[in-house]
Amino acid sequence: MSGPSLAGRDLSAPSGHGDRRFQPSLVDRRRRRARQLLRSLPLFAFAALVLGVDWHAGRFATTENAAQIASQAAPTVVVAVGMTFVMLTGGIDLSVGALMFVGAGLAGHLALSGAPFAAAAAVMVVVGLTGGLVNAVLVTRLGLIPFVATLATLYIGRGVGRWITETRAMNLPEDFLAFGAAAWLGIPAVVWVAALVAVAGQFGLSCTPFGRQLYALGSNADAARKAGVNTRRLTAAVYAVSGACAGLGGLLALSRLGSVSPRFGELYEFEAITAAVLGGASLYGGRGQVLPGTVVGAGLITTIFSALVTLQANPYLYPLITAVVIFAVVLIDTLYTRPSAG
Amino acid sequence: MTAQSPAVAAPRVRVEAVHKGFAGVPVLRGVSLTLAPASVLGLVGENGAGKSTMMNILGGHLRPDAGSIHVDGAVYRPRGASDARKAGMAFVHQELTLFANLTIAENLHLVRFPRRLGVWIDRTASRRLASEQLSRVGLRRGPDTPVEQLTSGERQLVEIARALTHDARVLILDEPTTSLGALERQRLHDLIRELRHDGLSIVYISHELGDVLRECDRIAVLRDGTVVAEGDAGGFSVRGLVRHMVGREVGQFYPAPRQAAVREPLLRVRGLCRGTRVGPTTLTVGVGEIVGVFGLMGAGRSELARLIFGLDKPSAGVVLLDGRALVGAPPGRIASGLAFVTEDRRLDGLCLEAPIAENLALASLRRLPRSLVGVLTGATIKRAARRIGSAVGLAEHVDLAAPVGRLSGGNQQKVVLGKWLLTRPRMLLLDEPTRGIDVGARAEIYQLLHRLADAGTGLLVLSSDLDELMGISDRILVMRHGELNGEFPSTAFDREQMLRAALPASVA
Repeated sequence: MSGPSLAGRDLSAPSGHGDRRFQPSLVDRRRRRARQLLRSLPLFAFAALVLGVDWHAGRFATTENAAQIASQAAPTVVVAVGMTFVMLTGGIDLSVGALMFVGAGLAGHLALSGAPFAAAAAVMVVVGLTGGLVNAVLVTRLGLIPFVATLATLYIGRGVGRWITETRAMNLPEDFLAFGAAAWLGIPAVVWVAALVAVAGQFGLSCTPFGRQLYALGSNADAARKAGVNTRRLTAAVYAVSGACAGLGGLLALSRLGSVSPRFGELYEFEAITAAVLGGASLYGGRGQVLPGTVVGAGLITTIFSALVTLQANPYLYPLITAVVIFAVVLIDTLYTRPSAG
Repeated sequence: MTAQSPAVAAPRVRVEAVHKGFAGVPVLRGVSLTLAPASVLGLVGENGAGKSTMMNILGGHLRPDAGSIHVDGAVYRPRGASDARKAGMAFVHQELTLFANLTIAENLHLVRFPRRLGVWIDRTASRRLASEQLSRVGLRRGPDTPVEQLTSGERQLVEIARALTHDARVLILDEPTTSLGALERQRLHDLIRELRHDGLSIVYISHELGDVLRECDRIAVLRDGTVVAEGDAGGFSVRGLVRHMVGREVGQFYPAPRQAAVREPLLRVRGLCRGTRVGPTTLTVGVGEIVGVFGLMGAGRSELARLIFGLDKPSAGVVLLDGRALVGAPPGRIASGLAFVTEDRRLDGLCLEAPIAENLALASLRRLPRSLVGVLTGATIKRAARRIGSAVGLAEHVDLAAPVGRLSGGNQQKVVLGKWLLTRPRMLLLDEPTRGIDVGARAEIYQLLHRLADAGTGLLVLSSDLDELMGISDRILVMRHGELNGEFPSTAFDREQMLRAALPASVA
C-alpha cells in the first residue's frame, strides 16, 4: 500500500459520495468480495443446471450432449463476441439477428444458383459487415442513440430479408450441411470457428491498443476524447465488428440448419446480449470480456434451452424462462454496477 | 519571430493581448502574461474571471479571437489538444480524467502504447516506461495496479505523470488540490518544486491563496478578463490578493459576529447512530442558531447529515424537529421543514443539464400554486425562480432558462440554496457549503446564512474548513471517528484545541 494517510486508521470510507480518496476499508473489501462472487454466479448456475438436469432426466452430462450443445452455442458465441465489443462502449446492437437473416437470404439465393460454398459464406460476412457500417454511420455521423439506430436497422433488415426470400423457406444445397456436420479432431467445425473468433476477440480486447481504448471509451467517453482517443472511429469500428460477427454467426447457424426460414436469426440479439451480460459485460459500458465471460454466458443460455428440451418442458414456458433469465441478468448487472450508496 | 527582449531570460511562454468571447460576451479582454522557464506562475481570480478560458486556449481546446502567443520564441497557434501537446503543453484538468477500469500503465499509454510488430501491446516495455514515469512523480505503485484502487491523491499524481509523457515544457495545473488531503497536498507541492527544478514552467491555478503564495514565484490576478495585478509572489498577501480578485476591499470576509442569546431548541438529535460510522450522537440546534460541525475528511460529518435528513436508516436514535419526531424518508422531513445542502452539488445537488429555473423549483413543486385548470405552468416556476434567485443573490442578468451547469461554482451553490429556501425550511443542514467557490460568492453565502439565522432558521453547518466555521458559527461541535468529541461556544473558539479534538487520538 502507499504512503501514510490519515485514512489508515479511519473507520469510515463514507458511502455514496465524497471521500473516495481513502484506502479501501474493510467494508469496501467485503463488498468487492461479494461482487466477485456475483461475477462467478453464472458459472455456479451452469454447474448446478447441468448436474440437476442430469440427475433428473439422465444422459445430460455426457460428451455427446456437450458436443451437441457446443455446436448449438457456436453461432451465439460468435454473435455475442461482436455484441461484447459494442457493449464495452456502452452501446447495443439490436440488428444482429436481422443482419443474419439478410445474409442468409442472399447466400441462399447464391448457393441455389450454383455458387460455391465459399462465395456464399463470404457474402454473409460482407452483408453483416455492411449492415454494421450502416449502424456505425447512424451512430457516429448522425448521432443517433445506438438503441434506436440499431432498432431501425433491425426492421430494415427483417424487411429486406423477407423481400429477398419472398417469405418462403429455402432449402440449401448439401455443401452447407456438410460444413455444419464436419469435424476436426472430433470437434465440430462450427465450434472451431467460434473458438477462433472468441480467442481473436479476447486477444483484440486485452492485447491491442484498440481494445484497451474501448474500455477507456466505455468508462468515460469525454475523458477518452480529451486523452486523444479517436472515439468516433472506435465507435464505428465496434459496430462493424458486430456486423461482421453477425454475418459469420449467421453462416454457422445456417450450416447447422441447412435452410433459411422467414424467422431465421430472430431473437439472436437478445441471446447475444444475455450471453454478454451473463459473462460480466455491463450495459453501461466499460466492463466485460470475451473469454471466459461472454463464452460462458453463451454456453449457459444454450444449455438452459437444451435442458428444457431434455426435460420435455412445456414449449409455452420457453418465453417465460427467457424472461426470467434476462431479468436475472439485468439484475446482476445493476447490483454489480450500482454505486455503493447506502 | 525574433526574440524581442534579449536582455532578460527569454520567456518560455509569452501571451500578448489575447481576446476571447463566447456568443458575443467577452471573457478575455486583452490578457498578457509571461511565463519564465523553470518557474511557477500562480493564476488566481474569481470563478468566471477567465482563468479556465485562458488555460483552455493554452491547452489547445479553444482558439483566441485576437492576440498572440509565443512559446520559446516561436508562434504558438495550436489547432487542438494534440497540437498543444506536441508543442510541449501538459494540461492537468480540474476534474480527474483517468479510467478507473484500466491499470496505471494503460492509463499512461492509452494513445501511445509501445507495440510489438505494430499490432499488439508490448506490456514489458509499457511497464518499464510506466515505472519510470511513476518514479518521476514519486508514486510508489506498480504499473499494473488498477486505477480504481488508488486514492485520489495518487490518481492526481498519475494524471501529472500522464501529462508529462510528451516532452512537456509547460505544465498547467487547474485546481490540483481540491480533492486532496493535507498529506497528499504536501506531496504534490514537493513534486511541483522538483519539476520546476528540472526546468519545467508551471501554471498553478488555485483558490487556495495560502498555497499560491507559498508555492509560486510569480502571481497574476485575473478579474473580468484582464490581468489586474502581476508580480513576484513575495509582494502579495492573502488580503491583497483577495482585494485584487474582488476589486474592492473585502474588509469583513466573514459577517459580524452574532449576539449570544438564549434559544428555544429547534432540532434535537438524540443518540443517533449507524453501524461503526456514526456513533451515538446527541446534539441540539436552537431557533436561529448556527451550529458548526468540524471534522476532518472521513470523520463522519456527511454521514451524520444523511442520517438526520433520512437518507440512511439509523441503527438507533431519534431526530426531533420542534418536538416532533422525524421518521421515514426525506420527502416527509422536507415537508416538516428540514432541508439539506449536500456536499457535492454537481453530483447530488443539481440537475446540471436542466434550466436554472427548474432546479430552483425542484424541491417545492408541490407547494407552488397551480393554474386554473390545476397544472403547474412554466410561468409560475419562472416567477418563483426569479423571486428566490434574487433573494440568494443570483445576478439579474443570469438567464434562468440556461442549464445550471453553465454557471460558475458560486452561482451553482446559490441555486442549490435557493432551491431549499423555496421550501421555506425551518432547519437547514449544510455540508461543505462553500467548497470550490470563489471568495466573492463565499462572502455572499456567509451573509445569506446569517440573514437566514437572524430570521429564525436553525443552521447546522458541516465543514472541514475550520476558519469558515469559526467565522460564521455560534457554536462548534468537533467530530472524530463518527462521534462528537468536544463543544466550543463562540467565546471559546480556539483553533488549536479544536484541531486537536478532531485529529485521530494517536496523533493528538
